[in-house]
Amino acid sequence: MKMKLATALTALLVAAPAMADLVVPNLSYRTGPYGANGTQYADGFNDYFTLLNERDGGIGGEKIQTPECETAYNTEKGVECYEATKGNGALVYNPLSTGITYQLIPKVSADKIVLYTPGYGRTSAKNGKVFEWVFNAPANYWDGASVAVKYLLDQSGGDLKGKKVALVYHNSAYGKEPIRTLQDLSKKHGFTLTELPIDPPGQEQKSQWLQIRRDKPDYVVMWGWGVMNQTAIQEAANIRFPMENFIGIWWSGSEVDVLPVGEAANGYKSLTFNGVGTDYPVYDDMKKFVIEPGKASQGGQFVGSALYSRGMYAAVVIAEAIKKAQELAGTPAINPTQLRDGFEALDITPDRLKEIGLPDFGPEIKMSCDNHGGSGMARLQQWDAAAKQWKLITEFTAPDQDVLNPLIAADSEAFAAEAGIKPRC
Amino acid sequence: MEFLYASEVLVNGLMAGVMYALVALGFVLIYKASGVFNYAQGVMALFAAMTLVGIMEGRVPFAHLINALFGVHVSHFGWTVPAFFGIALTALIMVGLAIAVEKLVLKHLVGQEPIILFMATIGLAWFLEGLGDVMWGADVKVLDVGLPQGISDGIEAATNDWLGYGFFIDRLDIWATVIAAALVAGLVGFSQYTKQGRAMRAVADDHQAALSVGISLRFIWIMVWSIAGFVALVAGIMWGTKSGVQFSLSLIALKALPVLMLGGFTSIPGAIVGGLIIGMGEKLFEYFIGPMVGGATENWFAYVLALLFLVFRPQGLFGERIIERV
Repeated sequence: MKMKLATALTALLVAAPAMADLVVPNLSYRTGPYGANGTQYADGFNDYFTLLNERDGGIGGEKIQTPECETAYNTEKGVECYEATKGNGALVYNPLSTGITYQLIPKVSADKIVLYTPGYGRTSAKNGKVFEWVFNAPANYWDGASVAVKYLLDQSGGDLKGKKVALVYHNSAYGKEPIRTLQDLSKKHGFTLTELPIDPPGQEQKSQWLQIRRDKPDYVVMWGWGVMNQTAIQEAANIRFPMENFIGIWWSGSEVDVLPVGEAANGYKSLTFNGVGTDYPVYDDMKKFVIEPGKASQGGQFVGSALYSRGMYAAVVIAEAIKKAQELAGTPAINPTQLRDGFEALDITPDRLKEIGLPDFGPEIKMSCDNHGGSGMARLQQWDAAAKQWKLITEFTAPDQDVLNPLIAADSEAFAAEAGIKPRC
Repeated sequence: MEFLYASEVLVNGLMAGVMYALVALGFVLIYKASGVFNYAQGVMALFAAMTLVGIMEGRVPFAHLINALFGVHVSHFGWTVPAFFGIALTALIMVGLAIAVEKLVLKHLVGQEPIILFMATIGLAWFLEGLGDVMWGADVKVLDVGLPQGISDGIEAATNDWLGYGFFIDRLDIWATVIAAALVAGLVGFSQYTKQGRAMRAVADDHQAALSVGISLRFIWIMVWSIAGFVALVAGIMWGTKSGVQFSLSLIALKALPVLMLGGFTSIPGAIVGGLIIGMGEKLFEYFIGPMVGGATENWFAYVLALLFLVFRPQGLFGERIIERV
């Protein structure tokens, strides 16, 4: 009996991260309706930290642990994962789910742990005065909506008056995020906005696309995830909607969204805030230290894909914030409060990205106590079906902060009043 | 013009209903023969479609596991298999699955309450879901068995000439309708005119009486699960062609549930008629009422419609009336 107990205790100690390590739990989803998307992101996230461990011995001499917990994109499971892992010295969470993010915001605020939600989650968390523990740089959903409208303005010769834009969105907290911004932008630029919700998972969208066929909007903007994306792009092709006038948010712009549609998806566009492909120097090291020695997550089968690259980019930002926190704290073994300070002092310049081996991979990220969302810049990519590749078609574009800032201030202040938060900074 | 738009929605609703009915058919077959509500029917469609893609693309089954265990890098055999042979091989695998289910699960649960058998199928669903992922990977797979997709130009041109408005009809939906009609005709013919089919109906009517005249219950179960596996394969091909083969395919079972409630759990024509009513009803409701209530009504309205029918016919439109005397 004693022997069994000792064995079990040893196994537990081995399974738990060593307390001196930097713990960055990976709340991933490799199963369920969104598993095909989540698994690629999780691989990129893991592999970058593996690279730092293998090549540099971690960050500042501290190894990074990324214990995974499967959420299946389910909010309850996500919260369970958070509760199960936070006691192991967790520094920061990145759950890749807006639903989970909404549930975790009060929890991380109480537990004083950083929540990093790049390109998803609660948009107004950009306001660091209210959301002390939440960061969402480089861009949020309202930034995405604004950059999309700016692009449509460019395409329409600077004038969207009288144009019709349809928003096809995932009928969830995530999909509803851009509505308010797009409504304000439609008033500002004089276009008509039609909102078309699609119940998840979104395999049946015939009604919505028949309406699009009848209404003949000039542009369709999509906030989709998982099978909803493939189905929407297929339905757009079915009704012969011009692909070049169909723009998805960055979560509707991965290879898995377009490949099932084949040649008909050619020309489809999406927003992005990160580069794609393996044509970056960092992949030389990735190959040498991670892929070839067989240490890549799932054998490295998704290296360079849009979602893998985004997961890797999230890891890059977290790693840079850890590095900055170590500098500020004067110790490599930082705690979440010090990491928060690191995030708030973060400045990932184009030169720094080049040093990392990712030139022009993302926009400059500069955060502060009151700005937890960075510049909000994003760019457009277009699918080349023949080459089976995304091609970047614009430079990074800044969103319309004149419209967004008042919205962010109003939403975050309402949250502060409701939650009894005294604004800081 | 409004009437023409509504007519287009109605026709597309009927076509969508056929796609739902394809899934519902598998449930009906198993329920009819064994009184078991097979929770795993949706996952069977996913598993069948994954297996078909795996065979057609020459993927190595369990490649991830093999790579992880032996430190090798295998993924494909290097050959591809034509769609027809791929479908035939997958159908054989579904027969193998039916035999395995009978031998490993059902055989041990003979005489148990239906709820126990139902619970067993929940377990089977989880197992198959995991097995499919381990065998073929969780990535989104492209399924191309040569079925056409996209608007039918002929119908669009003809309706435009005739009515002044070109109707949208998806060619895949037309194929689904033809295939579903052939499938139903085949199933009805099989159950009416073959010895095995009659045995299946006898088992459905009364297990004990069927056993007393020498019908092998185990053989009938294997046969019914095999046919349900084939129906799942057809549904998997149709839905997989539409939006890729991925986990969400298993959730189409949720679309079949209101169809079954409406059509009855024991009637093959009921599955078809139920599918048509649900498809048509949800699309027309979305068209007329959806904009007033914020849209996205289809998922819940299908259940409301089914419940409305249940108020008047608890056994469903074509279900058998169960009279229990105490």
